[in-house]
Parts: sequence; C-alpha cells; structure tokens
Amino acid sequence: MSALLSSLRSLLLLELVRGMGLTLWSMFTGRRVTVNYPYEKGVLSPRFRGEHALRRYATGEERCIACKLCEAICPAQAITIEAEPREDGSRRTTRYDIDMTKCIYCGYCQEACPVDAIVQGPNYEFSTETRAELYYNKDKLLDNGDRWEHLIAANIAQDAAYR
Amino acid sequence: MAEIITGLTFYLFAAVTIASAVMVVGSRNAVHSVLFLILAFFTCSALFVLRGAEFVAMILVIVYVGAVAVLFLFVVMMLHVGENRLFQGVKRFGVVGVLVGVAVAVELIIVITTRAFRQDTPAVAANPATADLNVTEALGRILYTDYFLLFQMCGLVLLVAMIGAITLTLRQRDGVKKQSIPQQIERKRDEAIALRKVESGKGIG
Amino acid sequence: MIDLFLTVVWPALKILLTILVVIVPVILGVAYMTLAERKVIAAAQFRHGPNVVGPFGVLQPWADALKLMFKEVILPAGANKVVFFLAPMLTFALAMLAWAVMPITENFAIADINLGLLYLFAISSLGVYGVIMSGWASNSKYPFLGALRSAAQMVSYEVSMGLIIITVVITVGAGGFNLGNIVEAQRGLWFAIPHFPMFVVFFISALAETNRAPFDLPEGESELVAGYFLEYSSMQFALFFLGEYANILLMSAMTVTLFLGGYLAPFDVWFLGDVWMQPIWFVLKTSFIAFVFLWVRATVPRYRYDQLMRLGWKVFLPLSLFWVVLTSGVIVGFGL
Repeated sequence: MSALLSSLRSLLLLELVRGMGLTLWSMFTGRRVTVNYPYEKGVLSPRFRGEHALRRYATGEERCIACKLCEAICPAQAITIEAEPREDGSRRTTRYDIDMTKCIYCGYCQEACPVDAIVQGPNYEFSTETRAELYYNKDKLLDNGDRWEHLIAANIAQDAAYR
Repeated sequence: MAEIITGLTFYLFAAVTIASAVMVVGSRNAVHSVLFLILAFFTCSALFVLRGAEFVAMILVIVYVGAVAVLFLFVVMMLHVGENRLFQGVKRFGVVGVLVGVAVAVELIIVITTRAFRQDTPAVAANPATADLNVTEALGRILYTDYFLLFQMCGLVLLVAMIGAITLTLRQRDGVKKQSIPQQIERKRDEAIALRKVESGKGIG
Repeated sequence: MIDLFLTVVWPALKILLTILVVIVPVILGVAYMTLAERKVIAAAQFRHGPNVVGPFGVLQPWADALKLMFKEVILPAGANKVVFFLAPMLTFALAMLAWAVMPITENFAIADINLGLLYLFAISSLGVYGVIMSGWASNSKYPFLGALRSAAQMVSYEVSMGLIIITVVITVGAGGFNLGNIVEAQRGLWFAIPHFPMFVVFFISALAETNRAPFDLPEGESELVAGYFLEYSSMQFALFFLGEYANILLMSAMTVTLFLGGYLAPFDVWFLGDVWMQPIWFVLKTSFIAFVFLWVRATVPRYRYDQLMRLGWKVFLPLSLFWVVLTSGVIVGFGL
C-alpha cells in the first residue's frame, strides 16, 4: 500500500508541484528583502573603510605631518609621499598620492597615522570612467576631507570609546 | 510570372545543392564538409517542396538534418581530422573512388529510368496524389500496402544494427556503484536521520 | 508600370507586411521576456528586479539592447570566422522562421501549409546547429563542452517530442499535420485534458529542448561559465540571447497550439469567442506557458547530466510511446 502511494506520489510529481506552489506563493507575498540600492542604502558601521580622505584641524591647518608611517605600512604600496619643511619651519607634505587601483582598503594607513590625518571615510561611491581619475593626489584627498569631515568626525567620535 | 519564379528558385536551389555537394568532397576542413552536407540536405528538401512532395521534404529535414547529420558533426568535431590526414590517400585511392562514383551514378540512372519508380507503375497509379488525396496520404497507402513487407524489413535491419552495436559495446563490470533513483525516493526521513543528544566531551560513542 | 506594381510589387509588399505583423510582436515579446524573467525570478526570491530604467523597469530591454549594440565584436584567436558569425544568425533566424506557420486566428497564419506541424518540428530540430556551430567555431573548451551537451540533449528530447506530436496528429485524424486543423479539433475539449500526461511530458521536453532550467546544463554557469556562447560579445551575443528567448516563446506557442486550444476562447460566451478576440487569447495562453517556463526556473535546481539522459530515454520515451499505442488503440477500438 505504501509502495503504491509513494509511486503514485512520484508519478504525479507531487513534490514538484509543492515546490512550484511555494515559489508561486512567495511571488505574490510582495515581500522584498533586498535594499532598493540607489534610493535606499544599508547602514554603515562607524569603522567602515571607504574612500580615503586627508583631514584638517578646525583652524584649517592640514593634519598630516609627513611622518610617512602610512607609506611604510601600506601593504599594497599604494601611497607615495614627498615632504619638505615649509617656510614657517613645520614639516608638511609636498606630495601625497594614493593609487586607488592598488589600494586594498585594509585600513592600516589610518591605524598607523598618529594625528588622524589620513582616514578612510564612509564614501563608497567613487567609481570613475577612466583609470587616471583613480590616481588621487593631495588636492583630491584634502577636498575629500573637507567634503566628508562632518561624517568622519562623527564616526571617529563614536568609535573613540573602543580604542 | 509565377512559373518563371518557381523555375528560377528551382535552379537556384539545384545549383546550391550541386555546389555544396562538390564542397562536401572538396572542402579542406572536415567540419566544413559536414556543414556543406547539411546544406545539401536542406536544399534537397527545398527541391522536394518545389516539386510538391512536402512530406518527404519535412522528413528529410527532421531525420537527416535534425538527427543523423548532428551525429556526423559530433563525430567529426571530436576526431579533429587534420588537413594532411584528410587528403592522405587521394593519389592511391583516387582512381578507385572515381570508378565507384561512376558505378553508383550509372546504377542510379538505371534505377530512375526503369519502370519501378515511374509514375505509371501499377502501385503508384492505383494511389495517385490527387486534390483530395494529398502526398502524405498517398505515400502512406503505398508504403503500408504494396511495400509493407519491404518497409518493415528496413525497420528490422535497423533494429538488428542497433542490437549489434549495443551487444558489441555493452560490458558489465563488478564493483560499479550505481544510483537507484526509486530507492532514493523511497527513503524516509526517519530511516536517514537520527537526532541524538550528545553530552559535551563524551562524543556520540 | 502600374501593371507591374499590381502584379509583382504589391503582392510582395503585402507578404512583407503580413510577416511584419507577426514578427514585430514576437521580437517585442522576446525583448520583454527578458525583463519578465528577471522580474519573475526576483519576485520569487523576494527581490526587486530591474526597476530603475523607466517605471517598473519597462525600458530595461531597450537599455540592454543599446548597451549590447555598442559593445565591441570580439573574434577569439583560432576561431573559425565564417562559422563563428554564422551560428548566432542561424539561431536567431530559425527562431523567427518557425512563426510562419503559427495560426493566430482561425483565418490568419502567414503560411497555412498542410504540414505545418512537421515544419515546426523540422525548424526546431535545426536549432541544434546554431549551438554546435558556435561551440565548435569558438575554438575554446567550455563552449565546445556546452555544445556537445546541448546537442545530445536536444536530439534526445526530440524523440519523445516527436512521439507526442504523433499522438496529437492521430487524435486529430485526417489533415492532422495542419496546425489550424489541430486547433479546430480542440473546439469543445482541449487536448490538455485527455492527453494530460503528454501535455506535462511535452512541456518538460520543451524545457530541455530550449536548454532552460532545470535542464540548462549546456550553459551551466557553475561548470561551463556560459556554455556555447561563452566567446560571443556584442550583437552576436544578443542574437543568441534573443534566439533563446524566441525559442521559449515558440515552444510556449507550440504547447498552446497542440494542447491548450491555440486561439480558441476558454469559454465561448458573449464577445469572448469572436474572431478579433482570438489573437488576444493566443497571446494570453502563450504568455501563461512562458510564465511557467520562468516559474520553473525560479523553483527547480539543475539536473545532473546522467539524470537528464535517464529522464529522456528511460522515462519519457517509453511513456510517450505507450501513449501513442494507447491513443491509437482507443481511437481504433471505439471507432472515434
């Protein structure tokens, strides 16, 4: 009897029909679990490592002191720094380049930085049409810093308790 | 007007048929040869359509182009026959090949011109393809009455060939694990899974 | 001059127009089939699907087409040039060619030929050449393997499809190879009801014939990357893509014509059975079957190759053969 039932079950494709029923049901629930990306975005952790930025102090003075720790630690060797003393005698960079095509977004540079100058901000939408646009120079990085400062500062403040 | 167009299409297809048939023999690439063979089959069926033999045309496409030539193509593609190997024996066997070709051509001409295949053969004359009896039906009537025995024997010959091929290649080996799908479907959850409470550090023992 | 126009140019123009009346909706349908597939599968997986280009993504097919058109045409090194470019054209042309005999109303088909069903079967059996030629001409391993799989699969499932077609022809009786006659014979009772098992088998064979999930081994992306059209780009790829979807629509239309009463209305009341409603019924039924194609893809995992062959040769072939014998037995026995 049970053999008959089970062979009938496989002959009538009952399991297949049940599976098809499940997908049909799920089609009409109207449930959506994915984020409607360009209009909705996921929540980012304060530690999120996105596009790089060079920060300034509130006075407008750039933070970076050209210690080259980031250049040394960068595992992908994406950072190039050249430095000269400025007229007022302080050490500042004359060149700060990051090759974003090399960068692996490990975050070592911001960990190494003693003055919180180089940081990885929350921006992840910086795709470009040409490769050359991904070779960031100092101006671009400082500009990023100015643009994202409020979010970067908020993230650092939020994460400070765990450091 | 219509006759001119029909005539032109007939000669177009005939020319393509002959050209591709020549290319089957002459092509330097074996796969191209098979593709030209398929083209020849296809244009042949077009010729059949033009002569009003639609059923034969469709069957030619379905059976020869759709199934037989696919297998040809399969084998030729897998073999990777190089150019030099393809034309290896041309000098040695060329004369024999031409002779066989001529013999086949003569036989074909004899067969076509003898009474057996002409319109006024008794069997054909008894079942003419007329307005109310189309080609398919006329063909069926002839095949299943006058030529019934021959028709069935053709089928049997093919069956024997198939059985022969199977017996030549079939071999039973020991120790081959095979999937039994009914057995798999029959398996119940209770037979396959047992839930055990495992104390930590003891193992299931 | 006018005479020439009336006898030659005008009839030719009329034929061209008739063809366009069928082919343009088919191509549009194919374009929107790609969108429908993404939407249906997205819905089954709780996703959104394309929704950015136009409202509900309705312009997505056009965006895709534009993108593909402007891509670079790549010819792989060592590829056989002529065959390589011939294969996608063949695939697409065959998929379009078959629509010539599809009866869309009771007095309209581009070519109402006696052996319409055989013609349809012949054209669909030619589809395998586009696949084999592309696989061989690419001179690459994955496409070749995909082409081999696909050819074996299509040839295997054609056998049971042929037997099912014979069943239908036997049921219709005289003139059974004409698609219009087949549909007219279903007035009153669609063949899907008396031949229900064959309806299911035919549909599953159609899945295998069009290389669709769960029989999409020829393109199984986890093993063969994309299968036979791996090396294609730009419009060549688009032609394969369109050809595949046109084949899905064709198989749906074929299923509808053979088993679901073609253009006939499901209930002949009020104006629903009128001639002008028939194309609408035809499109609706075809869309439903095409939806089932997508629905199956959203549900069923891929078959293993030996299982596929086992299903084709050991289950469907005996079953359809048995059904041919049963049908002819019943028809002869009861003198129907």
